[in-house]
Amino acid sequence: MMTTPVWQHRTSRANIVLWVGWLFLVALFVFCWQVMTKDTIWAFVADAPEQAADLGSRMFPPRWSYLDKLWVPLWDTMNIATLGTLLGVIIAVPIAFLAASNTTPSTLFVRPVALFIIVASRSINSLIWALLLVSIIGPGLLAGIVAIGLRSIGFVAKLLYEAIEETEKIQIEAVTATGASGAQILNYGIVPQILPAFYGISVFRWDINIRESTILGLVGAGGIGVQLQASLNTLAWPQVTMIFVVILGTVVISEWVSAKVRHAII
Amino acid sequence: MVDKISSFPKTWKRPPVFFESAPLRYSLYALALLWFVLAIGTVDVNWSRVAEGMDRGWRFVKGFLTPDFTSRWKDISAGLIESLTMTLTSTVVGIVLAVPIGIGAARNIAPKAVYYVCRSIIALSRSLQEIIIAILFVAMFGFGPFAGFLTLSFATIGFMSKLLAEDIEDIDESQTEAIRATGSSWLQLINYAVQPQVMPRLIGLSLYRLDINFRESAVIGIVGAGGIGATLNTAIDRYEFDSAGAILLIIIFIVMITEYSSGYVRRWVQ
Repeated sequence: MMTTPVWQHRTSRANIVLWVGWLFLVALFVFCWQVMTKDTIWAFVADAPEQAADLGSRMFPPRWSYLDKLWVPLWDTMNIATLGTLLGVIIAVPIAFLAASNTTPSTLFVRPVALFIIVASRSINSLIWALLLVSIIGPGLLAGIVAIGLRSIGFVAKLLYEAIEETEKIQIEAVTATGASGAQILNYGIVPQILPAFYGISVFRWDINIRESTILGLVGAGGIGVQLQASLNTLAWPQVTMIFVVILGTVVISEWVSAKVRHAII
Repeated sequence: MVDKISSFPKTWKRPPVFFESAPLRYSLYALALLWFVLAIGTVDVNWSRVAEGMDRGWRFVKGFLTPDFTSRWKDISAGLIESLTMTLTSTVVGIVLAVPIGIGAARNIAPKAVYYVCRSIIALSRSLQEIIIAILFVAMFGFGPFAGFLTLSFATIGFMSKLLAEDIEDIDESQTEAIRATGSSWLQLINYAVQPQVMPRLIGLSLYRLDINFRESAVIGIVGAGGIGATLNTAIDRYEFDSAGAILLIIIFIVMITEYSSGYVRRWVQ
């Protein structure tokens, strides 16, 4: 007697592979969990709800009168983000052209260097750049601006060089056919094609930079984070809440502005 | 005849990209310039301090070129293990929690009430930066990687559920209809109509998030949430730039590995 074959989602071989994969992942997870929590003091974790309640009672209500002292740092934060974005974009544009495979002068030497600059800038967070720069050029707005700029290079250059590589050849050929020089091809063949992407990327990065520049002050690189650090150090939790409220408001507004602008461009 | 030809414009000027009206454009330029001057004015640079620091900057560049892996290797490896384990556990937990929230936040398969609850969870998780969450979690759970793990999991939830929800909203509806027509239950619908369509991107995003979590784990250590960031912070505070250079190179190297391998896995999955 033959049993009617039942339809199955996967072959039995695929099932085994999948099962072994999951087993491996779970085993890895358990192993990592044990290594990670080796030194965890569970008593501290267990009383977290009490700590949270205690913290909550200290944090509320926010100290609204402190708002008056936050306008200048907020203005600084905006300036760090915007000037940093400008700096990053100015450096990123040539790097993007050097990294794009269709515009790079040399695939063998220049392109790998440009790609390494992009990866190095992208893999190090702006807070770490700030940490370094504060110890090199001293605390203040300049360290923040340079940190934001250095972090932005990788992001902007990566997205921009991908946009350059995706440009249409036909338009570039058409401009070349008119007898245009290299600079003219760049100006009339490539730039118009990547300009919308360029504006979109810059505004997007500006939005991210506003977010990041609010906390740079934690390591002394200026902006509203300096107030945050001071309030944290003195355990002035109502002030901390006030700063969080201001940061949240700024982030929401900048995200809204960036979404509007990107919508208008693209 | 000759006159007619010469009256045609001989030169061509590219039209402006934004703001066709010239007065509006120039006044915006003027405003931007005014802001720029004002903003530069607020940057108060202590040039003697900068000049003093240049020497240290040079030492950092030298430290970066001749990194010292050995003399602080015990601290570096401990920080690295914390960072790596924290990254993996928080990514796994974050994704496990993000999948139901992401499904709940997809307009086309979740009821209205669930949709709004899940969307507000996503908004909450996305609007707070990792560092701020880390500060709060360190205050609640004490120093160490456990607070870091919670921070990264929390951040992962917002990121993954948002992208997953958008993905589910973009799926091909004819496939869900076909499965629904067979009289399937809701769970079967998710399993056979939605999951196959979103799985490749979900795997790609998970690997991308793993990469982000590793990078973030290097940062939240600065506020006491464990990981390589704490080691890095100490190295920079002690002006041990050769050790700091070594740590930065390790971070860059690991990020490069995850980036390349995730690209490879994504091609294999799709």
